[in-house]
Amino acid sequence: MLELRNVTKTVGAVEHIRDVSLTLQHGSLNVLLGPTLSGKTSLMRLMAGLDVPTSGSVWFDGHDVTGTPVQKRKIAMVYQQFINYPAMTVYENIASPLRVAGVEQAKIDSQVREAAALLKLTPYLDRTPLSLSGGQQQRTALARAIVKNASLVLLDEPLANLDYKLREELRAELPRIFAAAGTIFVYATTEPHEALLLGGNTATLSEGRITQFGPTIDVFRKPVDLVTAKTFADPPLNTIVLAKKGADFLLDGGVKLPVPAELVGIADGNYTIGFQPHHLSLERPNAGAVPVRAKVTITEITGSESFIHLDFADVRWVMLTHGIRDFETDAVVEVFIDPRHIMVFDEHGRAVTAQKLAA
Amino acid sequence: MDKTWNNKAWFLVLPVLVLVAFTAVIPLMTVVNYSVQDTFGNNVFTWAGTEWFEELLSSSRFWEAMVRNLIFSFIILAIEVPLGIFIALNMPKKGWGVPVCLVLMSLPLLIPWNVVGTIWQVFGRSDIGLMGYYLNAIGIDYNYVQDPFDAWVTIIIMDVWHWTSLVVLLCYAGLVSIPDAFYQAAKIDGASRWAVFRYIQLPKMQRVLLIAVLLRFMDSFMIYTEPFVVTGGGPGNSTTFLSIDLVKTALGQFDLGPAAAMSLVYFLIILLLSWVFYTVMTNYDAER
Amino acid sequence: MARIDVNHVRHSYLPNPQKEADFALREVHHTFEDGGAYALLGPSGCGKTTLLNIISGLLHPSHGKLLFNGRDVTNLSTQERNIAQVFQFPVIYDTMTVYDNLAFPLRNRGVPEADVDRKVRETLEMIDLASWARKKARGLTADQKQKISLGRGLVRSDVNAILFDEPLTVIDPHMKWVLRSQLKQLHRRFGYTMVYVTHDQTEALTFADQVVVMYDGGIVQIGTPAELFERPRHTFVGYFIGSPGMNVMPVAVEGKTAMLGSQRIELPGAPKAASGAVELGIRPEYVRLGRDGMAVSVSKVEDVGRHKVVRAKLEGRDIAAVIGEDETVPAEPKVRFDPAGINIYADSWRVEMGA
Repeated sequence: MLELRNVTKTVGAVEHIRDVSLTLQHGSLNVLLGPTLSGKTSLMRLMAGLDVPTSGSVWFDGHDVTGTPVQKRKIAMVYQQFINYPAMTVYENIASPLRVAGVEQAKIDSQVREAAALLKLTPYLDRTPLSLSGGQQQRTALARAIVKNASLVLLDEPLANLDYKLREELRAELPRIFAAAGTIFVYATTEPHEALLLGGNTATLSEGRITQFGPTIDVFRKPVDLVTAKTFADPPLNTIVLAKKGADFLLDGGVKLPVPAELVGIADGNYTIGFQPHHLSLERPNAGAVPVRAKVTITEITGSESFIHLDFADVRWVMLTHGIRDFETDAVVEVFIDPRHIMVFDEHGRAVTAQKLAA
Repeated sequence: MDKTWNNKAWFLVLPVLVLVAFTAVIPLMTVVNYSVQDTFGNNVFTWAGTEWFEELLSSSRFWEAMVRNLIFSFIILAIEVPLGIFIALNMPKKGWGVPVCLVLMSLPLLIPWNVVGTIWQVFGRSDIGLMGYYLNAIGIDYNYVQDPFDAWVTIIIMDVWHWTSLVVLLCYAGLVSIPDAFYQAAKIDGASRWAVFRYIQLPKMQRVLLIAVLLRFMDSFMIYTEPFVVTGGGPGNSTTFLSIDLVKTALGQFDLGPAAAMSLVYFLIILLLSWVFYTVMTNYDAER
Repeated sequence: MARIDVNHVRHSYLPNPQKEADFALREVHHTFEDGGAYALLGPSGCGKTTLLNIISGLLHPSHGKLLFNGRDVTNLSTQERNIAQVFQFPVIYDTMTVYDNLAFPLRNRGVPEADVDRKVRETLEMIDLASWARKKARGLTADQKQKISLGRGLVRSDVNAILFDEPLTVIDPHMKWVLRSQLKQLHRRFGYTMVYVTHDQTEALTFADQVVVMYDGGIVQIGTPAELFERPRHTFVGYFIGSPGMNVMPVAVEGKTAMLGSQRIELPGAPKAASGAVELGIRPEYVRLGRDGMAVSVSKVEDVGRHKVVRAKLEGRDIAAVIGEDETVPAEPKVRFDPAGINIYADSWRVEMGA
């Protein structure tokens, strides 16, 4: 179990990590999700012991390991760049951490072959990394990390330098590989889609702070605040600030959006409403859906789906619909907001939920 | 909480600290001690206070040497930096030419100072030297032993020959780190050769140039061995730099007190000038 | 703006190419229409960047010709071709201000300063950076830098084409959406001929009117996003476009039915001349999961937020199906194939279906 207790890291006058507390269990996959410079790499360096926190402590299985250098802990890292020993074969690359640890030859061989099989590298064991494709090079680095039998494996955007399709393939395999290894995995990414595909737990980062940590799908569906919701949305989250009056949020042009039944009790005032692009639709999804008129700025078609960018009042929304729906720029269309799928945030950006209301 | 880590770290740097203490700190203390006393190297010391410093700062010999140093540093920087950039720009960026050029460039840097001095001393001699002899043969009156101007030219050419490579190698390292896309974009933008240099290559070389200028300045300001070997500070005092003057005072005349004062002042001047150089250049860098 | 004819162009990086495999780009013969938005899509090493660099003139093709509006430009330099290009990593002149960066291509061409000022201001408005004009370019974020790279192309009113070489690689997901839609708006408003190289299908499909799918140095299919999705000409296109890619499984075809192991699948028509290795391709979006049809064993359900991807085994083969956000997998799951989404392939190439 890896525990960060109120960890802060300041470099010069800049706070890279602000008061992070986090507990990661053995055998878990944990995604750090956030944009560039949100602190993902800094946090990983603190976990690994490459950096020492300015304040707070790092605990591993009940021992304080704050400041224990990385060499003394069983840690493996995989980076965005494909880092292998170029002069060694794939076999020797995978075997290298075992050789350092002085494992006996027979055991090395069986472990290397096992890891190679898991990562589909068996045919390439005698090749050198540079003669392989990017995907295979990164598989080699992953195999080396796994064979090391580390207690903590850190992956810093490991798929970012791969082609889209290779990324997709490896991403589908990773959860299986992680499950087989049974250690603590920490995986940094900028892509919400990647977090969802990997599953496990997700911690969303924003400006050096962890905004939420929990099972990935829960964080996605029930963000605790607006920052988390925005971090975890691709396409971007649609938002609008509305005034609540009685049982309705007031929209432009006298349109009313009913406040979800469980939230009717909240005080009148301004709230930010957020909803996912696929919850905005061209056809009425149900009787309770509210039609609004918006102006099309641009339409993007992927072949099976269409992304329609809309201007409504002073905000820009994206609508995701199935099929090919092309509109002229500046066309005015009627779109439906489904009140069952809206998220409500108060003026501080905190999510307003029925549970919170009850508390 | 991170005590263990820190103790280990100190343990590891201890040998270096000891080494630095013996090679720098202790000698420096000795020099400070000498500079305020009068002695002839016979272990008889009398307190002199600031006498040596006063004497030094009012001596024209010191200031003349100092001016010579500054002129020398200025000239060699003015030659070596542009020349180094020029050579680096024209070196091949890929293919078999790269290792060949790199080795050729490194050669002068590998030769010890006194050997360089000896080479040029012989090379420039007007009776047997390859350069000196032929220069005189084609009618150029060249003799570095007699003519101060010729002596200066010889030392400057020698330094340029010896050290331009350093500037070249540093600049080259900066240049090869520029991605191809920059050159391609410049082509598309219709940039001239000069514009490519001014807006792409020079900015990318700026950091290494700062290091090159600093190194070359400090080195040239402290130059000793080569002029000592070639001209011995002459003819007259025309190539007597601070370092040569210092050695003459300390070892030639055994004036340890004045020599210690002089080396302290010399040390502070180098420190000060390097600091000024560094601050000016890094500020310039930060502004842009 | 120009129409670009790529006339029987081939390219090899070797001095004396002999066999087909020596060519990084095998024969390409295609016309990029004036004002069109094109994407060159394919995995790394497929030749897409080679083709782009041939169009921009950074590379001289070993065979073939290149025409801009009917004029042979094969031997013209990049400057003379008058194109703009945006690279993977933002290229900016970081000692200059944003304004000077945009003015640079014009000043290099000796444009009078009054015109420079007018054009730069126009361009700053177009790329939404007007308030940054006097700032040094070095302190900007990656997406702003990439906009400047683009702006240096847009500022020249007479550019023949704007070329993009994976321009969104270093941009965060959120900014990708913004930049992409801005790019598309610029295209709609000003009608530039644009060619966009990428390995990312979402970028290619959303940006382009026509997507050129490339594989192993050659063009596999050129079509609208819808065509590539509905009717992939080659199983590679089926795999490469779509997420997850098309399910492809070997079948035996007889008239209007296909046999997949012991399962009978009704086809929308009888495939013409399906000889060689025959396969059936169906996208996960057309696989219907329910209580009737062919029995499958579900191995995994991936909840990706807006829908779920069900991974299952059908007749011992992996198959993927896409179901809605709120749908669940039934107790005894079975699948049906929507006939509208079925394509038949012989030796990996699509065969037409008759009535």
